[in-house]
Amino acid sequence: MIPTIPQPRAIRAAYGAYVALFFIYLALPLTVVAVFAFNDSQFPSLPWEGFTWNWFFGDSDPMIGVFHDRAILGAIGTSVFVGVCVSALSVAVGTSNAFLFNRYQFRGRGVLYVLMLMPLVIPGIVLGISILVFSSTLANAAWDGLKWDIVALRPGLTLVVLGQFSFIATIATLVISARLQKFDRTLEEAAMNLGAGRLTAVRTVTLPFLAPALVGAFVVAFLMSFENFNTTLMLVGSDAPLTIAMFDRLKEGSTPLLNAVSLLLMLGSSLLALMMIAFQRRAT
Amino acid sequence: MRAQAKLGFILLLMPLLLWLTALIVIPHVDMFLISLRERVGVGEYATSTANYRTFLNEPLYLMTFARTAIMAVAATFITLLIAFPVSYYIAKMVKGRTQSALFLMCLVPFWVSELVRTFGWMILLRETGVFSSLLQWSGLVSGPVEMLYNDAAIMVGLVYTSMLFMVVPLVTTLESLDDSVIEAGYDLGGSGPSILREIIIPHATPGIVSGSIVVFMLSLGNYLTPTMLGGKDSLWFTELIYSQFIVRFNWELGAAFGFMLLILSSVIVWAMLRLTGQTLEKTMG
Amino acid sequence: MTPDLECVALTKRFDDATAVDNVDFAVPQGSFFSVLGPSGCGKTTIMRMIAGFLPPTSGDIRIKGRSMLNVPPNKRPVNMVFQHLALFPMMNIEDNIGYGLRRAGLPRADIARKVDGVLDRIGLPGVGKRKVHELSGGQKQRIAIARCMVLEPDVLLLDEPLGALDLKLREHMKIELKALQAAFDTTFVYITHDQSEALVMSDQIAVMNNGRFEQLGAARDLYYRPETAFVAGFVGDTNRWPAIVVRAEGDALQLRTDSGLTLHGASHGRALSAGDRADIYVRPEAIRVAHTGEELIHFDNRLSGQVTSILFNGAASRILFRDDEGRGEIEVTLPQSGEFAMLEKGARMHIGWSGAHGNCFAAGTGA
Repeated sequence: MIPTIPQPRAIRAAYGAYVALFFIYLALPLTVVAVFAFNDSQFPSLPWEGFTWNWFFGDSDPMIGVFHDRAILGAIGTSVFVGVCVSALSVAVGTSNAFLFNRYQFRGRGVLYVLMLMPLVIPGIVLGISILVFSSTLANAAWDGLKWDIVALRPGLTLVVLGQFSFIATIATLVISARLQKFDRTLEEAAMNLGAGRLTAVRTVTLPFLAPALVGAFVVAFLMSFENFNTTLMLVGSDAPLTIAMFDRLKEGSTPLLNAVSLLLMLGSSLLALMMIAFQRRAT
Repeated sequence: MRAQAKLGFILLLMPLLLWLTALIVIPHVDMFLISLRERVGVGEYATSTANYRTFLNEPLYLMTFARTAIMAVAATFITLLIAFPVSYYIAKMVKGRTQSALFLMCLVPFWVSELVRTFGWMILLRETGVFSSLLQWSGLVSGPVEMLYNDAAIMVGLVYTSMLFMVVPLVTTLESLDDSVIEAGYDLGGSGPSILREIIIPHATPGIVSGSIVVFMLSLGNYLTPTMLGGKDSLWFTELIYSQFIVRFNWELGAAFGFMLLILSSVIVWAMLRLTGQTLEKTMG
Repeated sequence: MTPDLECVALTKRFDDATAVDNVDFAVPQGSFFSVLGPSGCGKTTIMRMIAGFLPPTSGDIRIKGRSMLNVPPNKRPVNMVFQHLALFPMMNIEDNIGYGLRRAGLPRADIARKVDGVLDRIGLPGVGKRKVHELSGGQKQRIAIARCMVLEPDVLLLDEPLGALDLKLREHMKIELKALQAAFDTTFVYITHDQSEALVMSDQIAVMNNGRFEQLGAARDLYYRPETAFVAGFVGDTNRWPAIVVRAEGDALQLRTDSGLTLHGASHGRALSAGDRADIYVRPEAIRVAHTGEELIHFDNRLSGQVTSILFNGAASRILFRDDEGRGEIEVTLPQSGEFAMLEKGARMHIGWSGAHGNCFAAGTGA
């Protein structure tokens, strides 16, 4: 069934209705989260007690808004810090991997490629515990052997960054590889023919061509890191990133404060994603 | 020149090897070794399969394991059934701006954290939630209805949370199917169902497989959705792992559980690839 | 006898444009019919309406006398060879060819027999188990035709199927397509923008432009007796002069070109009178070359000048000629006798042609 094949009107209408229903299903949970951020009540649920901005700007009990809640603000800061570290690492390693797999034929390439894909088919929580177990093995060995206490190997932000990086690097590699594969290598040859060295050719011709993918990979990596839960849960120490902090609050019982944070998250990530799309449109 | 190329190769190879060995291979080997350890005294360990025996001999563990696997497979299947018509609509029934707009609308919910999405379902489904209130208001029920903390709620959450990872690969593969191939099917006498069976689904197989693998992995390894929507008795395998590691501090048993989860996911992914004649490189790369 | 395919006042309007404008034609059984026109002329729209992928705005399509308007594409007795063939990449050759037969619900044994039979007929026995991508371009072409012919359609539609092939294979496939059409004795409707494909293969050609048929006829008629300026310019190569009619006596015209030449031409029944602006079309092979003016004394158009360029192309070699006053370049085909084989650039020559070969059309109607 495609538009050029004649179909009974009823079937088309039913199909359209199904798709509309699907989008309602997609929109529903986010809509209620957003709406209840403005409910003048202690609970994010009906009845509607009236409109308020207090869950954003309120500064006195019992309605302390997002912008006056130090713990939440701190958690956002932690998440941004982790996200930037993970994205930067992932894009750097992803670019290197993309060039390696695109430019070199070597023994073991196939095996390495499959191994590179593995993090996608390992459950996040398993990635988390394996890194937790290994780092503590290392830390214990360092302590037993040398009496060194390596704080970085204990649950904390370093491990969170490494844990997230361990699978986000795969995503970055795939995004960058996809674009590199479309690159016409004769452009590099032309640059060298016009007097550029190999590295200069890559820097002046190939990397600008890759720019949309690099930006895309960075943004995707940042969003994935920001919303990661499973791996982070196992590796987190005393500084909780936002998702963990929100999870802890949620277990205690939710106030519309969480809705307000969520709405800000939605706006922030949509803005980021739209900027990325705009950038990629302009670049291509 | 050759020496330079060699140097470049080694420089590019290093980060990959460092990443894969230090963060993927060795930690998993280490986890496996830990899982083979049995605490025999304070700070004393012996190599044994005790942890795996505990796993096999405790019905609760086995039951949770099987239940998680079955629910994850079911979630994958339901996601596929819901996503396929929508993906087909986006890929083939609409063009141009409408197409990009619909596709974007599919992506938007997934730019926010899974926690927010799950929170949304909690607000909708719980006893004091939106659905319950609406039902009472409309007079269909007399008292509050609890729709959280059951398997259906878990399923709704799992399907919702993985939807994107099914829609994107499906749209991509379906879009690559040339309209004229479908037209040729009709031209040669095919009807809707036969074209779906013989042309569209075979063409979309790589997308179906890669979508299914990702959705299955996400469901199997999910912790948030079962915990929040399924409540205390949701019996999800990741909850067992979490409690062994964080609550009971029994890392040996937790590692064994982690390893079982890894084996389960590998076996099912491998079986899925074998059944459909696909390879991991083709579907995920 | 009812024609295999008949289109009556066929019209297709899209939101802002008329793609097909009131087109009538009938294709007799067993003939090779081509629609020839530049891209965007509406030929693909006609084909897609016949196949059932587009509903006409008005008019009728009949196959063997039966109206097809309310028949869905999968029930029409026409099959189509798509531009990029649209072979099913997920099936092997056998399953591709057997696809339509399976839809018709034939028993498995019959399908196998028919598939083998048609593979024999197209000269590719034994390729049934191969994958689509393992075949060459020409082989895929034949499979695409076989996939349709095995269903014994009343009409086979071909949508520029040779476009993707390289030149040599294309030349070969022209002959092969014609032979296959004769062997299957089925009505072929072929659309193309390549005039040589249409000229070589067709019994009848419709030249299409801007949604209308400019002329419908055999290849020879289109070539030698174009009825419109568009056909004269589109089919075959031609020299063209914009000119003004100085004198008209029946069919014979005398014209003055904008470049200042006085030429004789013929209106072939079209209304042109003194003072009208007109375009003169003369084919390169209608012009004779000679070393001396006397040899051309019987032609009413004669010029003397120099060879400015030699366009060597074997038997189809031409020269570019400029007359002594330098009034534009004229393309002239060299005779195949080899008489002028050693002609050099810059040589002094005489050229001439008969006024009857100068087809004149009112100005502004051409391509």
